[in-house]
Amino acid sequence: MAAGIEASASSRKPAGAQAEAEARSTAPASTGAAASGNLAASLRDAAIAAFLAGVLGFFFIGLRTDLAPGGLDIRARWGAWLTSIAIVFVGRLALNVFVFKAAHPIGEGMGAKLAGLGTAVPGLGKWLARVLFVFALVLPFFFTTFFPGRDRQFIDLAVLIMTYIMLGWGLNIVVGLAGLLDLGYVAFYAVGAYSFALLAQYFEIGFWTALPLAGLLAAFWGMILGFPVLRLRGDYLAIVTLAFGEIIRVVLLNWYNFTGGPNGISGIPKPTFFGLELDRGDDGFAAFFGIEYDPIQRFIYLYYIIFALALLTNLVTLRLRKLPIGRAWEALREDEIACRSLGINTRNTKLTAFAIGAMFGGFAGSFFATRQGFISPESFTFLESAMILAIVVLGGLGSQLGIVIASVVMIGGIEMLRNLGFLTDVFGPGFDPVQYRMLIFGLAMVLIMVWKPRGLVTTREPTAVLKEKKRIGADMVAQGEGH
Amino acid sequence: MASVAEMDAPATAASRRWEQDPILSVEHLTMRFGGLVAINDLSFDVGRGDITALIGPNGAGKTTVFNCVTGFYKPTEGRIVMRHGHGRQDELANEITRGGLRWKKEGGQGIFLLERMPDHEISSKAKVARTFQNIRLFGGMTVLENLLVAQHNRLVVASGFSFGGIFGLPNYRRAERTAVEKAVYWLERTQLIDRADDPAADLPYGAQRRLEIARAMCTDPELLCLDEPAAGLNPRESAELNELVKFIRDNGTSVLLIEHDMGVVMEISDHIVVLDYGVKIADGDAESVKTDPKVIAAYLGVEEEEDIDVPEVLEDVVETVGEMPAKPARKPRAPSKAAAPKPAKRAGQSAKKGGKA
Repeated sequence: MAAGIEASASSRKPAGAQAEAEARSTAPASTGAAASGNLAASLRDAAIAAFLAGVLGFFFIGLRTDLAPGGLDIRARWGAWLTSIAIVFVGRLALNVFVFKAAHPIGEGMGAKLAGLGTAVPGLGKWLARVLFVFALVLPFFFTTFFPGRDRQFIDLAVLIMTYIMLGWGLNIVVGLAGLLDLGYVAFYAVGAYSFALLAQYFEIGFWTALPLAGLLAAFWGMILGFPVLRLRGDYLAIVTLAFGEIIRVVLLNWYNFTGGPNGISGIPKPTFFGLELDRGDDGFAAFFGIEYDPIQRFIYLYYIIFALALLTNLVTLRLRKLPIGRAWEALREDEIACRSLGINTRNTKLTAFAIGAMFGGFAGSFFATRQGFISPESFTFLESAMILAIVVLGGLGSQLGIVIASVVMIGGIEMLRNLGFLTDVFGPGFDPVQYRMLIFGLAMVLIMVWKPRGLVTTREPTAVLKEKKRIGADMVAQGEGH
Repeated sequence: MASVAEMDAPATAASRRWEQDPILSVEHLTMRFGGLVAINDLSFDVGRGDITALIGPNGAGKTTVFNCVTGFYKPTEGRIVMRHGHGRQDELANEITRGGLRWKKEGGQGIFLLERMPDHEISSKAKVARTFQNIRLFGGMTVLENLLVAQHNRLVVASGFSFGGIFGLPNYRRAERTAVEKAVYWLERTQLIDRADDPAADLPYGAQRRLEIARAMCTDPELLCLDEPAAGLNPRESAELNELVKFIRDNGTSVLLIEHDMGVVMEISDHIVVLDYGVKIADGDAESVKTDPKVIAAYLGVEEEEDIDVPEVLEDVVETVGEMPAKPARKPRAPSKAAAPKPAKRAGQSAKKGGKA
């Protein structure tokens, strides 16, 4: 196993790759001997891997405890255990023969091709962004026209994806631009959601009035978080932001009299269209415009709200990047000490990053509250923070387009895995693919990170150009303190 | 060394400029890290319009002085006075010191007590810029962006603290054009104009050094602090650097530099301060410093009262100092300078003294 790990690791490192290439070029001299040696080594390696799988899987797969009269009953599942060992053996052997120890590994140059894709087709990113934008613009009508039976489900999914895109863009300001690793971003999402829910509950304020207030409150809490972490760097910053996210959630959970605790808040008002409710009533949206009422109208309306909010986030971020404050954020990510030597007030710069990022989180939060109509602290766990951060990292730190792709892949992908009904035909009726979606999802993330360790979109666009715009490769761009 | 001969004539009268019109005065500066005394009661002046070199063996405390001056360290004791406008302005300085203020500016004059100011204000208000011994550029940003970041404070105001800038108000666009013009000016000065749109991390080492100086100059400093600007440069680049530093001085920015390359130091410095073990051992123009026996002793590790009779060491002296010292170790020493207690012999160590904390 150890040898296998070394081999697989060395195939990624440039130095190792070079050594391997040299080894390959000398190989033909003694092809037969080398090939048989390779096969023997591959078999040995696969056997070791299978043995380890057997040891590890003995309790987890080989034994099963069931409730039985009078206590637990232990039952052996040798079939499953042996199958898993066989799968590991064959899989490892195949990897060894075709990838790790092959003269021409399968997938060789795939990473290079992927990386070259952006440069090979100049303006690919720009065109992709335009196409996606136009598609997003007509998306509800696309689904109502082509999938009339399932349009509600698809539009709902689109709303969810768009929410994560917005959250990703908001977090991108803090993590991608300013380089401050924030593991508690969901706190601002929660502050936004609860601000609106509580304002609606206690003061009967509507969505559109509450939206800016929720943003302001979230920004305020962003600053509150910002102050204690100003002097922290790297791992310590990540831990404190993580703790901050949990504090907010625990307070919401335990302040029963005010927030309703674990019962949450229900009956949050729906957004109105310039005062018109989107309902069946006589003074509703449909009646006012003289069209037939359809429950889908409310979903389409929600979609356009979050689309507009996400677009606002994107435009403001793109604009800020080209302003001194945005350049200061990126400079902060690159080198904080140099920033200070140039007279940049790093405290204020960090606080604005936290506050503006938090503000967009707050907007998204109050949208979440109005869409669900019910919120509880359970919606704001660490897993949400991790998901948003994963979107930002997977998309490529600092890249707006990458975040869109990552959100579609991650949120849409997880939902799509719910529709793997055909797998029950393969694995029998007892197989529920939904239970495996997180496993598949995790595997996909590992694979993407192996091939594209700096995220999907890895180039940085300069904010000022003298003569010719040149994109900057990710290997030059620093990742900030948290990485 | 022709420049040495030229410097000889005005050496006595005019070169005391740093006493008449100092831009920066370090007064009784002490810096302790726990039990270690990095700088002990150090005082020196930096003359306005001078190139002042701060030299000394490795670990003498030069970079610590820089870090105190630029606010990266808070000194344990002492006062660091930065002056805008001519003259010593002692009264104003004392008034601010007593009043507990950090700085005061009226008309063309101004006093800034750097030991009380945070680092970013030292750059933005007191107008002291610095470079770093290990280059600190914004590697993932283009050369032009690096120079725009340096003009942050002016641009932030012009962008209406980003509110005006978001809506693209003409005021900000005008300010950015001016900023780009200034950047282009310094890019041309440092021969980096062809690399303006390349990421800074892509530049060769010498170009990165020049870019760091250009970036510091974009903050419009009154005093530029260069921490070993010639380190790692080849002779040609080193000569270009000399020209650049002289150009900066002749355009009204005083320069304080740390340098190990004696060729650079002796050629361009108007005033040299020599540190060893955190204490000043010599202070004066190039000529007087290079013949100072204490300096020679500190650099070559010769015990103070010993003659240099080993031919190899003598060669080193000639190489380092540039010419044959008249009477290396036999000169009568100024008694006041003997204050610093010297640790035991350093004979036997070579010209470069390493490993001192």
